[in-house]
Amino acid sequence: MNRLPLAAVLAAFFMLLLWNVSVRQAVLFLVGIGMGAALAGARFGFTTGWRHLVERRDPSGVAGQLLLLGLAASLSMPLLGAFPELHAALGPPSISLLVGAFVFGLAMQIADGCGSGTLYKAGLGVPLNMGILPLFALGSFLGSAHLDAWLSFGQWAPVGLVQQWGVGPALGVTWLLLGAVALAVRGWVGKGKSWLESRWLWGALALGVLAALNLFIAGQPWGVVYGFGLAAAKVAHAVGAFDPAANVFWSQPGNLQRLSQSLLLDVTSITNIGILGGALWISARTPASAKPLTAQQWLVGLVAGFVLGYSSRLAFGCNIGAMLSGIGTGSLHGWIWVPMAFAGTLIGIRVRRYYQF
Amino acid sequence: MHRTLLLRILFWVGLLAFLAWDWRYAAPIDRRQEPPLIAAGSGQEVSGGHCSMAK
Repeated sequence: MNRLPLAAVLAAFFMLLLWNVSVRQAVLFLVGIGMGAALAGARFGFTTGWRHLVERRDPSGVAGQLLLLGLAASLSMPLLGAFPELHAALGPPSISLLVGAFVFGLAMQIADGCGSGTLYKAGLGVPLNMGILPLFALGSFLGSAHLDAWLSFGQWAPVGLVQQWGVGPALGVTWLLLGAVALAVRGWVGKGKSWLESRWLWGALALGVLAALNLFIAGQPWGVVYGFGLAAAKVAHAVGAFDPAANVFWSQPGNLQRLSQSLLLDVTSITNIGILGGALWISARTPASAKPLTAQQWLVGLVAGFVLGYSSRLAFGCNIGAMLSGIGTGSLHGWIWVPMAFAGTLIGIRVRRYYQF
Repeated sequence: MHRTLLLRILFWVGLLAFLAWDWRYAAPIDRRQEPPLIAAGSGQEVSGGHCSMAK
């Protein structure tokens, strides 16, 4: 496919945002394109990295993710310290988080994509991920609508390391914990493994810088699934199937306002659209290939996509909103999310193998 | 191959149709209330939605 017409379409959409929405949203669309190009160009798959670590004892994907987390924290935490108007990705430690992260980690192996993975693979044109996206959105909407009931099982106030200890100690503890994870990975894979692969390295560097840029411009960390849930909530509301005023989450003033506004004004929605566009741009030069699936594999994959959306809201984010943005901005919930999602992944890999994906 | 291409076309047409529907259905955008280009240093409290929010 020729990239020139694609570039013209993306430029036209940028101009539309600039003229009709806001300069900030237009610039965030460009940031999203960069994210999509980095994710798709480097094939930066969080799901694949974890699976290769478990199945092949290959540490390169997780090493790239550790580098990304370290870089994001090193750039984001000083920003949070310097500019009080910026927000960290603070989710409450809760039963909801434990259950949601575990189920998310399980489902992402079956669907072969997490939040960002589903988006960039859909942009690349992988059939299952394109089919999953609307179900992911529906699940995300229902998860947010049920969030209050899940939180009633038990929750604690969100803990932000930067807010509690200041930038230096928060960053130091984050580096130490990332180093501890690296040591654990080293213990699992043993000697003689290659840790550095160029695509994971440049992908991590690009995504770390873009994540910090997102925080700097938007004032909030990079997120994915809120935008999905918002889109589905709009449809449910428009067809009369959902009354936001009767729901604890969606009746909050901010959420209610975003329901009535254009999606193009929503920060996460605009970067999501950009990620799709960036991945499409990459697919023009390096098209994605996917093996044909059986009817059973399609069904299992689509169900997993719905579960991904639902569980990501219970977990207060996916690999981006909870793991990258949570850890990168010093939220305790990010550090709870990772081991729970990894435990789910250990089951998910077996389920994936059972259905012969 | 043709089936995958058809799926891709359906996906992008569906996405663009959804955005067009949303544009029509949503409240008009007030450009006078435009958020600052860069939140950092603007002094304005950020009010965007994020998946880590409990409410």
